[in-house]
Amino acid sequence: MKNPLLVFTDKGIYCPKADVYIDAWKPVERNIVSHGHADHSKWGHQHYLTHLNNVPIIKHRLGDISTQGVNWGDVTDINGVKFSLHPAGHVVGSSQVKVEHKGEVWVFTGDYKREDDGISTPFELVKCNTFITECTFGLPPFKWQPQKEVIKEINQFWEECKKTNQTAVLFAYSLGKAQRLIYNLDQSIGTIYTHAAVENMNEVIRGIKNLPKTVRITRDTKREELIGNLVIAPPSTHGSPWIRKMVPYVTATASGWMTFRGARRRRAVDRGFVLSDHVDFGDLMKTIRETEAENIICTHGYKEIFSKYLSEIGYNAYVENTPFEESDNLIEDE
Amino acid sequence: MNDFAHLISELDRTNKTNQKVDALVQYFNKANNKDKVWAIALFSHRRPKRLIKTTSLRSMAAKSAEIPLWLFEDSYHIVGDLAETISHLVCQKDRTHHNALKLHELISHMIDNRGEDEEKQLAFIISQWKSMDFYSCFVFNKLITGGFRIGVSQKLMTRSLAKSTGIDEDVIAYRLMGDWDPKHITFEELILNPDKDALSYKPYPFYLAYALDKKLDELGSPKDWFYEYKWDGIRVQLIKRKDQVMMWSRGEELITNQFPEIQALKDVLANGTVLDGELLVYKENKMGSFNDLQKRLGRKNVGKKTLEQYPIVVRSYDLLEYNTRDLRNETYDHRRIQLESLVEKLNHPLIQLSDRYHIQKWEEVHHAYQNARSNRSEGLMLKQRNTSYKIGRKKGDWWKWKVEPLTIDAVLTYAMRGHGRRSNLFTDYTFALWKSSETSQNELVTFAKAYSGLTDAEFKEVDAFIKKNTLERFGPVRSVQPELVFEIAFEGVANSSRHKSGVAVRFPRILRWRKDKSINEANTVDDLKSLIPNE
Repeated sequence: MKNPLLVFTDKGIYCPKADVYIDAWKPVERNIVSHGHADHSKWGHQHYLTHLNNVPIIKHRLGDISTQGVNWGDVTDINGVKFSLHPAGHVVGSSQVKVEHKGEVWVFTGDYKREDDGISTPFELVKCNTFITECTFGLPPFKWQPQKEVIKEINQFWEECKKTNQTAVLFAYSLGKAQRLIYNLDQSIGTIYTHAAVENMNEVIRGIKNLPKTVRITRDTKREELIGNLVIAPPSTHGSPWIRKMVPYVTATASGWMTFRGARRRRAVDRGFVLSDHVDFGDLMKTIRETEAENIICTHGYKEIFSKYLSEIGYNAYVENTPFEESDNLIEDE
Repeated sequence: MNDFAHLISELDRTNKTNQKVDALVQYFNKANNKDKVWAIALFSHRRPKRLIKTTSLRSMAAKSAEIPLWLFEDSYHIVGDLAETISHLVCQKDRTHHNALKLHELISHMIDNRGEDEEKQLAFIISQWKSMDFYSCFVFNKLITGGFRIGVSQKLMTRSLAKSTGIDEDVIAYRLMGDWDPKHITFEELILNPDKDALSYKPYPFYLAYALDKKLDELGSPKDWFYEYKWDGIRVQLIKRKDQVMMWSRGEELITNQFPEIQALKDVLANGTVLDGELLVYKENKMGSFNDLQKRLGRKNVGKKTLEQYPIVVRSYDLLEYNTRDLRNETYDHRRIQLESLVEKLNHPLIQLSDRYHIQKWEEVHHAYQNARSNRSEGLMLKQRNTSYKIGRKKGDWWKWKVEPLTIDAVLTYAMRGHGRRSNLFTDYTFALWKSSETSQNELVTFAKAYSGLTDAEFKEVDAFIKKNTLERFGPVRSVQPELVFEIAFEGVANSSRHKSGVAVRFPRILRWRKDKSINEANTVDDLKSLIPNE
């Protein structure tokens, strides 16, 4: 490609015409942020541009930064290049970034999923010439069940724990998965208690969306009152002294990685639910088809395998390295 | 099939032994007897032979998932389990699918299909896949690929059967020994009410020792113990009953036919005699190596030349039955006295005695341990004098104390993803040593592969290193920037023309990660060769 609209530099995804970065991983002057997860919104840039809903999230994480919030579809013209944000459906406030110049359109997906999870603004398809896509789960064995089914299983799990007088401990990333679960689980079963990291994020999200009531676990929380109820905690608390307070408890993780039996066993949780905020292989293929893009750039995930497959079926596909995948497999960074 | 698949999913979703036992008990309470026999067979490694070649299965799975074969293979390397990979790709994700066949029906269909041509077999498999949810599909694929291994030990299964039937666990363990055919035997004959005749062809469950995990003086008075050398052969039971001589390996395989020379004992041993001992190659008053023994084990038909080249003996250390009387509840002291007089009376070249040594002071054992390797043994056994012969691995009365392994520092050069619990993690490594060369620079030469020995946290760290420092990919294998040094332990070392390094090591594993060493400090092939014992 001659004079590509976006290039991958050692600092981030860069638009030379507008002198703007997207999801930059080293400090830059102007940076557009797709969503609030740590590997996509780094500290130290001079100006941030992101969706309005993501502003409180990154301010919560990064402190007092210079941020401009925009609405879905609002066009920001920088030196003749039009930038706009479109819902990615990954977590609350997550966007795809559309970059347009003289009729040529590039889209950077950040992280995304196609299913409406009820709390994140649902994914919007944007047609483009070049599609820069994540492929965290870009492998055919990854096939998600509808959210409804998985939530039903988790509700059943909770009910079983309640019946046997145990506390159900569910590990979920504090931004995204936690709120998705809180929003969808059946609170007629009991009360949802939260770890401080999750509850702090809940408070931020409550300024944007309606989120059912949850109870923060504090030093004064009694072990007895947790029994029969559900605790949502970040995966890092697994095996920590904090979690021992929950005895007797049963642990579970909700993540796309729970697809593999090996991963479930390695994680040493009692139950693994396959629930992901990323697209599965089928939805990845569907999205690529629907964007009608001819160039596909694969960033994080099984990018080599996935782009080889795309090339084989006729796309102009290639891989670009980003640090987004550093969190790779086993980490909860979903 | 649904019941059994449900059991597997229940077993899969818990790490807790009690919950696994509960799930098994529930299954044994509910399932029909024919299914139970097959379930027992599957959990005790008596799986049916695989139905078709996995290459055909792979290409059919790829085809039915509408992906190219290479993408299937790449997926397999990441999932780390063939049956699971196929199941993810071909199973019916919506939960309304039920396979109506019972476990034993499905297996007998499988067995019936074995003689058919491949096309028919594939059609059978596809028709099953279409009606299966994930776990049914997973179990079925495990069956047709002949690799049914799921985190349930035989011990756990035996315990559950005991709970479900009310029969003593040790009695069940005995009834499950030997080679019974799940296709023909009934649950009644196998478990509930086996006839005496059937039992007479079975070995007793072996008593297995744990590795010594304490100081010798914590074992109490040395006078209550014997020590023996631990021989590097195969543990066997040599049985004479009903005018037949049989030999069973510790893996519960009948190996009578591989060792025809033991038939010479037919007229020597009395009916109702069971010896426990070590099978060893023994020639011209010298013990052979484990490699020599493997030359015998691999053969179904044993030629005259092999018999002459690798003659065997049974070096016995225990007597479990004598004059048709079960001695297992007598003390070791008593059993040994009877064994020793028997071996002396027999005075037969095929049966030796493994000496036992009285202990006055623990120092004597330390001394023997130091000499264990030069005695061509792999360590010591410690046995309590006043205890019975137990069933399975039990702590307390018997201990094994293996010699320290040989070790060498080597460089990680290639890596592959692991399987099972380590799927999708680079945990299978190839290690290299330096080889000096007169013409060019020193080079790294592969000498061993190892998969075990690191903690989960260390594996994760090495995995991250490999992903960042991959040089080249060869299918599932990656060559890695030589940078990490590991101390590799192994049990033995011998010259080998089949290995690039010219040396073969036995049971290599990772002892520890030498973060303190750079690759220049790793050992050389010559260092390794210097460990080869002189003949």
